[in-house]
Amino acid sequence: MIQIKELQKSYRMGSNELHVLKGINLDIKEGEFVSIMGSSGSGKSTLLNIIGMLDEADKGSYVLDDVPIKNLSEKKAAIYRNKFLGFIFQSFNLINYKNAAENVALPLYYQGISRKIRKEKSLYYLEKVGLEDRAHHLPSELSGGQKQRVAIARALASEPKVLLADEPTGALDTKTSYEVMDFLQGINDEGKTILVVTHEPDIANMTKRIVMLKDGVIEKDTFVEQVRASEHV
Amino acid sequence: MKFIFTRDTWQEIFGAIRKNKLRTAITIIGVFWGILLFVALQGAAKGMENGFDDRFKNLATNSMFLWSEQTGIPYGGYKRNRKVRLELNDTYRIASQIEGVQFVAPRNAKGVFGDAVPLVINKLKSGNYRVFGDYPIIDKVSKKKLRKGRFLNQKDIQDQRKICVIGERIEKELFEEGENPVGQYIKISNIYFQVVGVYKRNNTDFFERDNSIFIPFTTYQKVFNTGNRIGWMVIAGYPKEDIIAVEEKVKNLLKRRYTVHPNDERAFGAFNFGEMFGKITGFVKGLKFTALIVGIATILAGVIAIGNILLITVKERTKEIGVRRALGAKPGEIRGQIILESVFLTLTAGLLGMTVGGLLLSYLNDLAKSWDFPFLNPTVSLPYIGFAIAIMVILGTLIGLIPAQRAVSIKPIDALREE
Repeated sequence: MIQIKELQKSYRMGSNELHVLKGINLDIKEGEFVSIMGSSGSGKSTLLNIIGMLDEADKGSYVLDDVPIKNLSEKKAAIYRNKFLGFIFQSFNLINYKNAAENVALPLYYQGISRKIRKEKSLYYLEKVGLEDRAHHLPSELSGGQKQRVAIARALASEPKVLLADEPTGALDTKTSYEVMDFLQGINDEGKTILVVTHEPDIANMTKRIVMLKDGVIEKDTFVEQVRASEHV
Repeated sequence: MKFIFTRDTWQEIFGAIRKNKLRTAITIIGVFWGILLFVALQGAAKGMENGFDDRFKNLATNSMFLWSEQTGIPYGGYKRNRKVRLELNDTYRIASQIEGVQFVAPRNAKGVFGDAVPLVINKLKSGNYRVFGDYPIIDKVSKKKLRKGRFLNQKDIQDQRKICVIGERIEKELFEEGENPVGQYIKISNIYFQVVGVYKRNNTDFFERDNSIFIPFTTYQKVFNTGNRIGWMVIAGYPKEDIIAVEEKVKNLLKRRYTVHPNDERAFGAFNFGEMFGKITGFVKGLKFTALIVGIATILAGVIAIGNILLITVKERTKEIGVRRALGAKPGEIRGQIILESVFLTLTAGLLGMTVGGLLLSYLNDLAKSWDFPFLNPTVSLPYIGFAIAIMVILGTLIGLIPAQRAVSIKPIDALREE
């Protein structure tokens, strides 16, 4: 699903050049549940941004679902993001003046899908995350866990190939974190490829593969025995 | 372009606008005010134009009054302050010798220049009214609308008939209600005159309103013993004639005839309607032009204010725009939405301003009816409205481009980066 070869990225900070990624090789197959770990500054978010086409690599190649991702125009990148990827953010990033159903329907809107189908789909995915009764609530009327579940529903709504989650439990307490992970595990069980960036080992252990980043290179890449989140809820 | 007409686009825009009603309201005040000013000033200028047109419509505007006073410079053996008296013959001279003069009408009047206003009696009722001795041609200068009977005619002049035409106020004051004054006799300065007509009130201030009496010039000569002397004369030029030049020529002729110094400005006075009309026309034109400039400048300022606020809005919505981009919004869609927001706000404000401006004008129109002020049917023509709308759409689009470009230049990654 994702093939990354010799990926490099550096940022210019004033006169200093900050080499964030120093040659990453990563191969992720369909249906995998991968967590990217590392301390702050290890380059894990940069890697996720490049995979998410929010940022572009300086060197190396990146192929997503057999499509080489290189020199994309803004428009092309937007279309690919919409088609291939679902995003889950640490701070949820729901649009605060749209209710849950409208938020979930937003990626579908940008796909040019008709209102009726958008509505059906958004309700379907809200139901999937157990929030069909909150469809007409604004984000401000939802708890943190509920917000993240709406965000998950939104990420799923466009039926992406890969789900990218940047610290999805970073703003949540342990109990809600495990609930969210339970959802992600359920989605993964259905065959969806998921990439999670986290620095919490317990969260990482709930995935199937842990990629440890340190100073811009992969330090360790291990398949682990998945801990089911449902056991902790 | 298709996206302008889809319900979803508008839902997105309304969502963004509804999100902050106060800001939206403040944003549109500028344009609202600009259009209001534009409509109100244009309408007011038009109202004044119409008002003046109405006042002048019964008046030959290419005409003047001319009278004589005392000389200001000693000349030809005469001292200064010599009284100059115009005579009936002067009117014939002017009419025949000055090019461009259409006709000259001598006039005499009692009760106009500070002399006693004649007493007019009908049975037990009486009043003091001004009396004019006129030729029928005066009707060409200041059109009389007759309610009853007729105006003076040439036969009255020839036969020196003792007849008169009275104003409608005199009819009201001297006659019983429902009584027809035509054919009846009234006593003017102790002489009986038969009433032959009643004229309507004339809005033109320089003339006789509704409380004057017209009698034949020749009758006036005899009754008030004025001989060949005349009070003043009305000189009308041909429609395209430069009446100011005519005034100059007439004065020069009279100066030669009465041995008045060529540079004497005091001996003959004139009130030139053509000159005044030209000034008023120029004034109204200037007013309309000023209104146009002020209106456009204010609209421009308002639109810039909208652009300014949208720019702030975009800054505030950086994160939202980033999320939208991450979810697959194309740059064009973001740009389009912001420009459409700008145009929509501009147009809403503008149409609101036009509506309120229209209401204001209609209120002013009602108000002006009770004033003695030339103001009638203040309207703004459709081309002007179309022009204003076009300006708003164009400026709204142009100004929207700035925040739209800013929004598009936001990289989703920058927008989403945690603070």
